[in-house]
Amino acid sequence: MRKMLNTLYVTTQGAYLHKEGETVVVQVDKENKLRLPVITLSSIVCFGNVLCSPFLLGHCAENDVAVSFMTEYGRFLARVQGPVSGNVLLRREQYRRADCDRSSAELARMFVLGKVANARTILQRGLRDHGAKAPAEGLDQACRQLAHYSKRLLQEDDLESIRGVEGRTARDYFDQFDSLIVTRKQDFVFSGRNRRPPRDRVNCLLSFVYALLYHDTRSALETVGLDPAVGFLHRDRPGRLSLALDLMEEFRPFLADRLVLSLINLGQVKNKGFEVTASGAVRMDDETRKTVLVAYQKRKQEEIEHPFLQEKIPVGMLVFAQAQLLSRYLRSDLDAYPPFLWR
Amino acid sequence: MMVLVSYDVSTLDRAGARRLRRVAKVCQNHGQRVQYSVFECLVDPAQWTQMRQQLIEIIDDEQDSLRFYFLGANWRKRVEHVGAKEAIDMEGPLIL
Repeated sequence: MRKMLNTLYVTTQGAYLHKEGETVVVQVDKENKLRLPVITLSSIVCFGNVLCSPFLLGHCAENDVAVSFMTEYGRFLARVQGPVSGNVLLRREQYRRADCDRSSAELARMFVLGKVANARTILQRGLRDHGAKAPAEGLDQACRQLAHYSKRLLQEDDLESIRGVEGRTARDYFDQFDSLIVTRKQDFVFSGRNRRPPRDRVNCLLSFVYALLYHDTRSALETVGLDPAVGFLHRDRPGRLSLALDLMEEFRPFLADRLVLSLINLGQVKNKGFEVTASGAVRMDDETRKTVLVAYQKRKQEEIEHPFLQEKIPVGMLVFAQAQLLSRYLRSDLDAYPPFLWR
Repeated sequence: MMVLVSYDVSTLDRAGARRLRRVAKVCQNHGQRVQYSVFECLVDPAQWTQMRQQLIEIIDDEQDSLRFYFLGANWRKRVEHVGAKEAIDMEGPLIL
């Protein structure tokens, strides 16, 4: 397994990034704030008004450093990609399977299975940790419902019904999500997922963390030579990275949702760290955004034993490990794709 | 692994000043300057071999010297900083 390299997040407005030798230099107000060798980085994420010199972008493209641009609030805008690399045979196999309904269904089932199982673990943990405070019946009911769905998934081999199960899982899961928030109830209310723009603080946090995860998943897929745009569960749509969305499913509960929950429950994000615009959209301020980024990076550095590989790896490498397993499955080195199941 | 690189390059003539700049540049491309001629480099074994070779080729072994300290993967326990110019943690969250 390759070494986990760092990600540079630039949130300072008006920052200018350029290349000097083989280092990235971050300049703010004509003053060098940071100098980093490119070899220590796997990606750079720029938020809002951040400039990158063309030479730096070229150098990053050559060295497999993913550069993404987001709005100040974390909505994905653009990315810079170097020459297409990786194995053409692998990609062809990916397209072939994506064109075939049966093969797509087989993979889609695994992605959803991972998501359902991990979502259930979140609810179970909630039940165990603060079952006394939270309305336990609802949680318990939802847990059983999700267990039922995962059993049903094993019998489904039709893509549409798998998507149907996925939708129902998401509904049942998010119906219970509010009861997992145990502190600061009055500020952090969750009454269902909404986005573009998020209309409450919880959704604002979720959307932001999902965007970070999306960036990481896309880089992981590209590293192993898969095309992030051609998915199995999600249909092709211009501008959408369907395979990245597919692979994200199993990580949403484990990485993103849990992070958001602990940020709120441990009081790391505060009510006043958000602003509500006239249109009802909720945004986080610079301070909060930094807190979330730090928490996300810290989380990625924790080590965990991969249930399938039985190897200790940093959480941030999990998406890479899964992307690698996916490519092994597509190459027929594995009989089935093993989703990441969190214990 | 973490390698601490320190160097002493004679700058009595212009060739020496040139060597000094080139050594500094190679170090900068692989690590972080923590003091004037001291660099902390987080490198993998392949990168290290390459970097070491580059440095050895630049210096003049009659006049200059290089010292490498291998701090391994658990280097954090072995480093303590006192005073100004605290170094950034290259493995920690990089948010600016």
